[in-house]
Amino acid sequence: MGNSNKTYDVVVIGAGHNGLTNAAFLAKSGLDVLVLEKNDYIGGATVSRELEPGWFYSNCSYVCSLFRPEIYQALDLGRHGLEIVPLQGSVTFSQSGDYFGSYHHSEIRRREIARHSQRDADASIRFDADLMKWCRLIRGMLLRTPPDPTSFKPRDFMEFAFLLKKFHELSEDQIYQFIRFFTMSIAEYLEEYFENDLLLAHFSGGSIIGTGLGVYSPGTAYVLLHHAMGDVDGNVGSWGFARGGMGAVSGALASAFQAHGGEIRSGAEVAEINVSGRTATGVTLASGEVIKAKKVVSNLDAQRTFLKVMNEKDVPPDVLTRARNFKIRGSSGKLNIALDGMPKFPTLPEGSPLTLGHMHFTDTLERLERAYDDWKEDRWSADPYTDTLIPSQYDPTVAPPGKHMMSVFVQYCPVEAEGGWTPEKKDAFGKTVIDQINDYSPGFKDMIVHAEVRTPKELEEEVGLTGGNIFQGELTLDQLLFNRPFPGYAQYRGPVRNMYMCSSSNHPGGGVMGAPGANAAREILRDLKRTDTTPEDFGDD
Amino acid sequence: MHDFTKTLAPSPFYDRIVAQSQTQNWAHWNGYQTPRVVDTVASEYFAVRSSCSVMDLTPMEKYRITGPDAKAFLNRLVVRDVSKLKPGRVTYVVWCNDEGKVIDDGTVFHLSEGVYRLCAQHHQLDWLRLSSIGFDVSIELETHDVAALSVQGPTSYSVLTEAGISGLETVKPFDIVHTQLDGFDITVSRTGFTGDLGYELWTEPENALALWDAIFEVKKRGLYDIRLIGLDALEMVRIEAGFIMPGWDFNTAETVIRDGYDRTPYELDLGWLVNLNKPYFTGKRALAAANKQPLKRKMVKLILDGNKVPSGSFIFDRKDGKNIGAVMAHSWSPILKRAIAYADIELINGQVPKEVSVEIYYQKELAWKLHWARAEVTDKPFWTPKRRSITPPDAY
Repeated sequence: MGNSNKTYDVVVIGAGHNGLTNAAFLAKSGLDVLVLEKNDYIGGATVSRELEPGWFYSNCSYVCSLFRPEIYQALDLGRHGLEIVPLQGSVTFSQSGDYFGSYHHSEIRRREIARHSQRDADASIRFDADLMKWCRLIRGMLLRTPPDPTSFKPRDFMEFAFLLKKFHELSEDQIYQFIRFFTMSIAEYLEEYFENDLLLAHFSGGSIIGTGLGVYSPGTAYVLLHHAMGDVDGNVGSWGFARGGMGAVSGALASAFQAHGGEIRSGAEVAEINVSGRTATGVTLASGEVIKAKKVVSNLDAQRTFLKVMNEKDVPPDVLTRARNFKIRGSSGKLNIALDGMPKFPTLPEGSPLTLGHMHFTDTLERLERAYDDWKEDRWSADPYTDTLIPSQYDPTVAPPGKHMMSVFVQYCPVEAEGGWTPEKKDAFGKTVIDQINDYSPGFKDMIVHAEVRTPKELEEEVGLTGGNIFQGELTLDQLLFNRPFPGYAQYRGPVRNMYMCSSSNHPGGGVMGAPGANAAREILRDLKRTDTTPEDFGDD
Repeated sequence: MHDFTKTLAPSPFYDRIVAQSQTQNWAHWNGYQTPRVVDTVASEYFAVRSSCSVMDLTPMEKYRITGPDAKAFLNRLVVRDVSKLKPGRVTYVVWCNDEGKVIDDGTVFHLSEGVYRLCAQHHQLDWLRLSSIGFDVSIELETHDVAALSVQGPTSYSVLTEAGISGLETVKPFDIVHTQLDGFDITVSRTGFTGDLGYELWTEPENALALWDAIFEVKKRGLYDIRLIGLDALEMVRIEAGFIMPGWDFNTAETVIRDGYDRTPYELDLGWLVNLNKPYFTGKRALAAANKQPLKRKMVKLILDGNKVPSGSFIFDRKDGKNIGAVMAHSWSPILKRAIAYADIELINGQVPKEVSVEIYYQKELAWKLHWARAEVTDKPFWTPKRRSITPPDAY
């Protein structure tokens, strides 16, 4: 039992990357901050787990791109052990025995696109420029608190003016195009540029990762931005591996937090946020221990926050209603595989660099849409879309020498598999994925030393992501910007005084950005009239 | 199977170019390995201006445009009236998007009745195919199927004649002739990117080395000096000649991300190309509207005082005055003994200023220094020798 008489300045619920980011900026300001984590390990969905001796799985999030470089710099995460290594390119294998490789080098990539369609090689110039326009617009909003359009406070006017100014840098035509982009399906968006089926399938994959939507569902074009607007060392669209796995991200954040005097308690599940007279006063742990705090920050998703750890009597009915209707359906599974050696992909020429990047085995939009159809019927995709990576090719710390670690993100996987998951169903799901990889990598199955199969159920039960939704809420326009998580609550303040939210359920959403955590910290420091320790956007002009 | 081991592709002249390159200093141009400098920039520059230069032109984007609507399609594509372009003639063009912003520039070759070649600075197949909807026209990329050499300089006519290409004495600027050399077909046009007397030679890739060898044989015979040149020397002569490079001197419309960073032909001082009297063409409505509005900015040419070359320089209305723009392409002109530059500037009270001040940072023995140079603004090419246009050309 801790010191029950002590009152912390701030208690943060959940030691995921946003909770730790939030806590680190608050501690940097000199506040006395405690982070509580239900698991025995920190990180939430940014973890590296040694489930088979010698292999470390990034068993939830698995690549890094969106994490804000401003946060990295402001918290000096490099000195706290973080290293992001850019990864090279991507490949989609086709059923006909060919492949499309998106090489790291632009000239080689162009030649490869031209191999499939000369016209698409030229169209990719137009596509890249258009996508960069939208990336640029959204990137400028990531480290900002969304305005409340219904408010008459001068600050909200200023923020709204900022947003409009951002829009004004676009021409009228571009604004119309942007609104189309926000509401279109990725398939239809890409078809305005490309003609080749394999290219269309390759470029659309990023738009369905983590969503309960298909490639033809309106709103998926926008999701592409969450996979295209990140950067590694200024290379927009690049992805990277955190050396040591995603646990290195939370590890560095925790180290920075502790260096500023912060305190972390793991194995400390919060049962309830205590509220007295419309004001949060602290939390009660599952163990019954009461911890007092002047401010309480929830890094849990919106449903868990308002429907589980808050007493529903403390929550206004409209918030309860919105929380219940919050779109947070899980749609993704994951396999983490320890391999005895490097799998072979005979389709690729000897020495090809394409195994170094994202590998996909779905070569048409139709197969992608069919994979979604299965999920709607509460089945895992019989022919799933996967994002397969072998980070041990770069990272010597995640597998023993000569051995490899494979991360397979699987779209789609239902929250409840036709009446509920059983161990047999989970095995069958894993087998579906492994069989697909084995089709392109003969002998793959025999190399498997250990495999962890994760469905949305495990993501919910272990990590605490409601429905196993990796973004802590669908990234559609009705749940973005000043609508995230709900209208009127997009400025990180909860429905009772001294209570805040910093999870990915808040603007700008999921993808291991750290931005919700930093933005919430800025609001808390503003309320405390303390100097802002959170970084400003680098800007790109 | 895709060769991922090589960043750049070799041109059909690759073996000869590598053999001649003393520096192995390479650049990339449209995916091809291209010499930046072969020997020294000075010797290559003066090959163009004093004797005879050779440059591999194969990487330039080339499209073959044929079919019943080829002429109508091209005339709808570009802002200039090309409907009267006769077979055997070439003309310089730019083309715009619907907003009247320049997508690219290039040359239209009317090779023979109804058969055209469009040469472009950038990849255009997507735009050309989009623009061709409704036209009975075939558009094929032929960049890799045509080997091309640019032979430029005062002795280029004499060199090519000695190499065995006859009949050039009657070939006027922008003319095309189809002829033969040692039994294979070549096409010769009196065109170039140097502002000097010069020709471009086009043939099938299997004849590339024979064409090369026929030209350099003239040098072996001791008649004339002939030098392979690289992109650095070309940059100097093309600036002197007043040619602009889309994508370097200004943003091409398709690649622009920030609103207002693209340019109309008027803003590029290419208004003379726009024919608002011809039937509908892409961008016509926007250009007609733009033509009625006073210009706000313009690409201008600068002739600087002093000997400092402006690199990355801001332009001011006067020393320590108002920043009105920046230098784009720039060079020392060995023939003029002047620093010359293109600058993208805002107009002052609706007028192109007659002179501006250029803030130049430069190094002496690693020490950084600042120099303000007065610059005269001009709208004429920096250098236009008579020999460029007289027919028959001077023989040596």
